[in-house]
Amino acid sequence: MNSNTPGGPLAEKWTKHKFNLNLVNPANKRKYNIIVVGTGLAGASAAASFAELGYNVQAFSYHESPRRAHSIAAQGGINAAKNYPNDGDSVHRLFYDTIKGGDYRAREANVYRLAEISNNIIDQCVAQGVPFAREYGGLLDNRSFGGAQVSRTFYARGQTGQQLLLGAYSALIRQMGKGTVQFHPRHEMLDLVLVDGEAKGIITRNLVTGEINRHAANAVVLATGGYGNVFYLSTNAMASNVTAAWRAHRRGAYFANPCFTQIHPTCIPVSSDHQSKLTLMSESLRNDGRVWVPKKKGDNRNPANIPDEDRDYYLERLYPSFGNLVPRDVASRRAKDMCDKGHGVGETRLAVYLDFADAINRLGRNAVSAKYGNLFDMYQQITGENPYETPMRIYPAVHYTMGGLWVDYNLMSNVPGLFVLGEANFSDHGANRLGASALMQGLADGYFVIPQTIGNYLSKKLNETISTDDSAFESTENDVMARVDKILSINGSRTVDDIHKELGKLLWENVGMSRNKSGLELAIKKIPELRDQFWNNVRIPGSNESLNPELEKAGRLADFLELGETMARDALSREESCGGHFREEHQTKENEAQRDDENYRYVTAWEYQNGNVPVHHKEELNFENVSLTTRSYK
Amino acid sequence: MQITLKVWRQADANSTGNFVSYKVDNITEDMSFFEVLDMLNDTLVCNGDDPIAFDHDCREGICGTCGVFMDGRAHGPLRGVTSCQVHMRSFTDGQEIVLEPWRATGFPIIKDLVVDRSSFDRIMESGGYVSVSTGGTVDANALPIAKTDADEAFDAAACIGCGACVATCKNSSAMLFVGAKVSQYALLPQGQPEAKERVLNMVATMDNEGFGNCTNTGACEVECPKEISLEHIARMNREFLKSSLG
Repeated sequence: MNSNTPGGPLAEKWTKHKFNLNLVNPANKRKYNIIVVGTGLAGASAAASFAELGYNVQAFSYHESPRRAHSIAAQGGINAAKNYPNDGDSVHRLFYDTIKGGDYRAREANVYRLAEISNNIIDQCVAQGVPFAREYGGLLDNRSFGGAQVSRTFYARGQTGQQLLLGAYSALIRQMGKGTVQFHPRHEMLDLVLVDGEAKGIITRNLVTGEINRHAANAVVLATGGYGNVFYLSTNAMASNVTAAWRAHRRGAYFANPCFTQIHPTCIPVSSDHQSKLTLMSESLRNDGRVWVPKKKGDNRNPANIPDEDRDYYLERLYPSFGNLVPRDVASRRAKDMCDKGHGVGETRLAVYLDFADAINRLGRNAVSAKYGNLFDMYQQITGENPYETPMRIYPAVHYTMGGLWVDYNLMSNVPGLFVLGEANFSDHGANRLGASALMQGLADGYFVIPQTIGNYLSKKLNETISTDDSAFESTENDVMARVDKILSINGSRTVDDIHKELGKLLWENVGMSRNKSGLELAIKKIPELRDQFWNNVRIPGSNESLNPELEKAGRLADFLELGETMARDALSREESCGGHFREEHQTKENEAQRDDENYRYVTAWEYQNGNVPVHHKEELNFENVSLTTRSYK
Repeated sequence: MQITLKVWRQADANSTGNFVSYKVDNITEDMSFFEVLDMLNDTLVCNGDDPIAFDHDCREGICGTCGVFMDGRAHGPLRGVTSCQVHMRSFTDGQEIVLEPWRATGFPIIKDLVVDRSSFDRIMESGGYVSVSTGGTVDANALPIAKTDADEAFDAAACIGCGACVATCKNSSAMLFVGAKVSQYALLPQGQPEAKERVLNMVATMDNEGFGNCTNTGACEVECPKEISLEHIARMNREFLKSSLG
């Protein structure tokens, strides 16, 4: 596996690489067609930037509008190395924090490029009219975020994702108005078409009419988000799924580090069996909120009646230098630990307190409300409790997936012509993503990386004509139709959600926050049984030829049922703990993750084997600019 | 709790629809309204019936995908929330709730409670952006913006494009939606170079898409889940007048 990482000093790699890339002549750009699947932050910014350069773009989304993408739900902020607050930040420090936060399981060169580009993103978004938070002098405000000791996070109240997505959407819609991007709403990609081994098109289903269509292009770009919904309950939107990426995987694209999933520490706890999704409360809350549990197990007192000496502010106790601002994986695992030991609070005992009483005393209720008002309202809306008066109850939940399709430095997968951006690829976050860096990566990939690197591939394809009449399109379309027909013909007795919940529970218990050999082996044994249940006993009403949400969900679940097993295999093969991947067999005396750099300093990339055990490939990670230390937040 | 849902069922854009009543049992107060619909749909699927189609996605009030009329109110009985954020503690045991889709010429029904809001994208295509291409921008802090202006621009930019304003307006006016976008850019220096064309083009597209005029009833502001203020319509009107005359 060749990552195509350029040589030379770290800080010069990207500049040098850009110079070495082949260019497409401006007059020739209009001869190329590019397909972009997914129009969230990464997809919308890429599609808009391609069109600005002169390429013809076809963009696809299963949503009705690009503005509905789940990027919109990101709350806290976006990192950049501007060093506006003069607190010692730099490109190198952002790079260092990100690579360390990812527990040294990401490529140095990719992460450095991300840090380098971060500043351009802020400039770009401000130019678009994105209303970031400002200080009274009129300049941009920054705040700190988990895993960092500088204030480098730009934000727009608790709705940063919304404002950045609407910025990218505005850039995209400007091109849609000009006709340089043709947008296909409510179209779901159901397969990737390979012509002579290269990605040259996709097959889609029109979700309103059921029509199956072929689309051809010179290159295909996937920006289809993460796979957190494999767990059924997650903070992802209901429709978020792995299908586009998984279909590409089945056609030969390697899937990297699928077991690297992020469990976010500050979510509203599960309240009942009917729960359909989990809601995240921004990590920014940990800037002012203090996490605690009662010292006494099973202490049933109202939190207001538990005096300070009976409270255990365990993050402050265990990690005096980072305190409540330790990275997400650490905070999540500690919360689970406290609950497992019997200190959990609330009815289910699967929650810890996040308390703002001190912040309200120190800053006043108005100042706290100005910072977190919308989050407090959201909490109250869901739980019926007022967080100004009683501490929030929080518990970790699946939030983000660091794994994804393997890509090289150019963001191209091992399938030539197939590029993967944003959360859908595996590239920049290693084994754990730091807060406020998902928005950064999505926009870096879309605005600044792919517009440069795609030209290098396309330049070799001048005058290439791809026709949807090619036999590859016909056979792939037949595969898609056969699969839809098969799903509709089963007519069993279990609903899609019923099977999905069972899969989610199995994964949460065995491939979740904490993993061990026997649990993973159990998952590997049980998931194929559940897959059989699906293919023999699922019940889908209606037909293909109309809006049929159950049919959509079924296709997505079928892919989750394959992914889940590969996640378990990945977790089993990685005999170490790192970032979000915690193997109980590999921990220190203080229950911290124990990495094994000698044997596992690599990216795992799985090659699909037609339903048989996938083949395990390795990309060694070389660290020339940072020394691999044990992450310490003490 | 037990609830009766009286739901608008319509097979597709060309069919005529009608109300169908369903009783749903075993509801708890902390369930979200959509979780009740999920539960009902599970039963319908198991009985071989067609489940109720409704738009929803993030279920945390930000994506703007959801939107149903509950008992004649856009997004239900509460102020400042979307349909997906309504929980059953807002209703009483035994209550009947009437569910209807957004109804407006600009939002044709696709199925049951699902409507087509692509008209909003077309309005945005005609001017809802600043014409800045990727790259070549100045340092973000080279352009100071007074905090009060930035905050007000943010208030306008908080619009989630759900369409509740249109659905609740007796004229099916999209003025609050369009006003919010025009206002956001009118308040910011980045929006100035194209201010004139923006407001004229967006208003023209809005009219072409079949949305009605504003008669200052103010229902949109009341039902807007993001509580976007009518002031943004006033600012758009001023921008429109200025651009028409200038």
